[in-house]
Amino acid sequence: MRVAVTVNGTEYARDVEPRLLLIHFLRDELGLTGSHWGCDTSNCGTCVVWLDETPVKACTVLAAMADGRIVRTVEDLARNGQLDPVQQGFIECHGLQCGFCTPGMMMTARWLLDRNPDPAEAEIREVLSGLLCRCTGYENIVRSVRWAAQHPAGHPGESP
Amino acid sequence: MTAGFGRMLRKEDQRFVRGQGTYVDDVHLPGMLYGAVLRSPHPHARIVSIDTVAAEAHPKVKAVITGETLQRRDLAWMPTLAGDRQAVLATDKVRFQGQEVAFVVAEDHYAARDALELIDVEYEPLPAVADARRALDPDAPLVRDDITNTTSNHIFDWESGDAERTDQVFRDAEVTVSQDMLYPRVHPAPLETCGIVADFNQVSGKLTVWATSQAPHAHRTLYSMVSGLPEHKIRVISPDIGGGFGNKVPIYPGYLCAITASMITGRPVKWMEDRSENLMSTCFARDFHMRGELAASRDGKIRAVRVTVLADHGAFNGAAQPTKYPAGFFGVFTGSYDLEAAHCQVTAVYTNKAPGGVAYSCSFRITEAVYLVERMVDVLAFELNLDPAELRMRNLLRPEQFPYTCQTGWTYDSGDYPRTLRLAMEMAGYEDLRKEQEAERARGHLTGIGVSFFTEAVGAGPRKHMDILGIGMADGVELRVHPTGTAVLRISVQTQGQGHETTFAQIVAEELGLSPDDVEVVHGDTDQTPFGLGTYGSRSTPVSGAATAIVARKVRERARIVAAAMLEADPDDLVWDQGRWFVKGDPDSGKTIAEISWAAHSNLELPDGIEGQLDATCVYNPPNLTYPFGAYICVVDVDPGTGKVDVRRFIAVDDCGVRINPMIVEGQVHGGLADGIGMALMESIAFDSDGNCLGGSFMDYLLPTSLECPSWELGATVTPSPHHPIGAKGVGESATVGSPPAVVNAVIDALRPYGVRHADMPLTPAQVWRAIQGRPFRTDLAIS
Repeated sequence: MRVAVTVNGTEYARDVEPRLLLIHFLRDELGLTGSHWGCDTSNCGTCVVWLDETPVKACTVLAAMADGRIVRTVEDLARNGQLDPVQQGFIECHGLQCGFCTPGMMMTARWLLDRNPDPAEAEIREVLSGLLCRCTGYENIVRSVRWAAQHPAGHPGESP
Repeated sequence: MTAGFGRMLRKEDQRFVRGQGTYVDDVHLPGMLYGAVLRSPHPHARIVSIDTVAAEAHPKVKAVITGETLQRRDLAWMPTLAGDRQAVLATDKVRFQGQEVAFVVAEDHYAARDALELIDVEYEPLPAVADARRALDPDAPLVRDDITNTTSNHIFDWESGDAERTDQVFRDAEVTVSQDMLYPRVHPAPLETCGIVADFNQVSGKLTVWATSQAPHAHRTLYSMVSGLPEHKIRVISPDIGGGFGNKVPIYPGYLCAITASMITGRPVKWMEDRSENLMSTCFARDFHMRGELAASRDGKIRAVRVTVLADHGAFNGAAQPTKYPAGFFGVFTGSYDLEAAHCQVTAVYTNKAPGGVAYSCSFRITEAVYLVERMVDVLAFELNLDPAELRMRNLLRPEQFPYTCQTGWTYDSGDYPRTLRLAMEMAGYEDLRKEQEAERARGHLTGIGVSFFTEAVGAGPRKHMDILGIGMADGVELRVHPTGTAVLRISVQTQGQGHETTFAQIVAEELGLSPDDVEVVHGDTDQTPFGLGTYGSRSTPVSGAATAIVARKVRERARIVAAAMLEADPDDLVWDQGRWFVKGDPDSGKTIAEISWAAHSNLELPDGIEGQLDATCVYNPPNLTYPFGAYICVVDVDPGTGKVDVRRFIAVDDCGVRINPMIVEGQVHGGLADGIGMALMESIAFDSDGNCLGGSFMDYLLPTSLECPSWELGATVTPSPHHPIGAKGVGESATVGSPPAVVNAVIDALRPYGVRHADMPLTPAQVWRAIQGRPFRTDLAIS
């Protein structure tokens, strides 16, 4: 079937199987491998992207369901070569180790900050509780989001 | 000049935050095919027939491989890292649920999955043994009838320590306590599952694989041994790895199937397992049924430890640990205490469960050892009605006893244990917490305070004592300094998130006075890096970190000769300080490594026998393991009505010697503490009595989220390792090893008003509630 989706500002039209999952559409059809696949059961959140401004787990959304809609992925977080404060926050606060869960965490955090620019730690933990991280114990992820809240214009960052 | 050690942001983060990491599943090659594995639904069954005709007729299917296909190439079985053998694709019977039976290769992975449904396998189900405690019964089903002359499920017996002396101390002791406990089967569950892209070039005969491997060089050697391909025609690339935790040390059947499929089809083949495949078939950890005993004096001086263990290794002994140590480093079960005697006896058995044995940040079974001894200390405190922190303080090794050789022969390199425990108690406000606990109890609230103190032994070898399949555990390193003074370091170990690109650059920077930004770290490609055993058992910093410091010092010595020529001085008159070689007393004349490197590449006349350039190599064979340690305190609240546990606080003081990058060390500890909460409260791969796996998805195998984890409170003491060139010790697994007993001790402490002395992990609400009722259950089997 024909699916037309606007992804990161560009419209893509593809013939796909009706059963094709959005995560595979993004990764395999469009080559956007920043979003990951981790569990199949909507538990891990490594596949989180925005569908019309709302974070969704792309492993349980069909590509067909995104027809005519707008998708935003981690590849679109930085604008004009400038990192989003959330991205910079993850660097500044050591919010990632292996990096596999990071795109989903950052897309969810950006959504939160767009709605509440100054969330408390408890709210951050609540919003991120649908995503798993095996490396960081979440502490530095929470700090990263707080960093982004405190630096809405971003920051040049230390070395490197 | 930038100082080498200290907090520094990670170099690798730039690509990860942009979604530009390259994980195995991101590798896409022209003409690539996709593989899928057909797995057994039965825990134990004879294979009567496999019919692949319909699958082969699928228009998108390129090949269907069965055990018979592999048998023709002598590939149906492969060696495990423990010297056993494992079926790649089953030929005779299946021995665990989820075992590999056939492999389909198709044009896309949806089609490959479809074709699995078209394969018709006729099974003759057999009775299964899922309970390790029944595995040695005379009437237990025989798992490994493929091994000649085998009549039982027994794998090995292993013992450590002095049995006679230990028994004597127990006979003389004023107090003895005994407790049965289970360290349940858990799974590393990295968020990236295991997978491979195999590309065999039929013209050149070269095999290139991109694989989720923590040990790419060891994998290359094993692929050569198994496939018969010459080793120089094999290139293993470990690109970015989405977490490993031990899960990505072994070679799995799917890897060999993909390689074979690439050889058969002449095209690249990708295979990525799904989450259920990861949880049900790849290397699990623990599954140790233990009985611990302590002998002590009435005033709380611990005199001896005695342990018996029944180890469930599943259907194939797929454990990955040094050959001489079939139970890993469990011999460190004497813990952090000064004992008169110790003995342990380990018996390992086969069952109809997935193969494996040590994976998951366990430091070769020290996780189980620390849990055993730290739980037993609390059991003793319970019986003697002593404060568990005070009891530990009375028995900890004293600083003047180091280096200390424990009763089972391990030589602890350095430590000041009482200082570390005191710091943790101060940070926690221990005395006040106990008072608060008493007040809470009076109000009917259940608050628990749990203490653990751990000692780890990490950084294998020495190669004389430690090898895997005969390959000694020593690691190579190469350092090149370019004419303009930037450097490239090539290492054998493999980051899975530990930040090697940053910390290893910092070591070179520290030794040579360069900026870490001017040092590029190359890893994860066997064609570009020297041989080494890889990253697991917290060995990167103890082994390759040492190798890096030593190779940088070699470069520095070469630079001294060149600098002497530049300064027309005697090399013996030069001193190194602040990143420069200079003539003693004349620091202004100093030459930096960049200046010296240019000169070393120039036509400057050098003394006879000096070749020019500064590059150097080194192979590091560690003289001993490093022994990091720490004191952890956990505070929990338990709901007596539901059994739900909330971790309110967690205080962790780690001593891992000199910290190269404290930010990264703290990150490693954070992750391990979350692991501890998961294992203590949530994680378990249980089975029903027929051998069906009950933990095959993240709906069933629960991992901690941001809500179960508190905000960690970290502290540090620094006791350098005397034998490591920069005084560092490993830290990657410390918190995973040390935290589970702190959490369990806290929960059991909370349940003290009910007289509960022990209950097994995971302390789920159901388990805690049952413990309150006086009926804790076995967590390794289905609740009946």
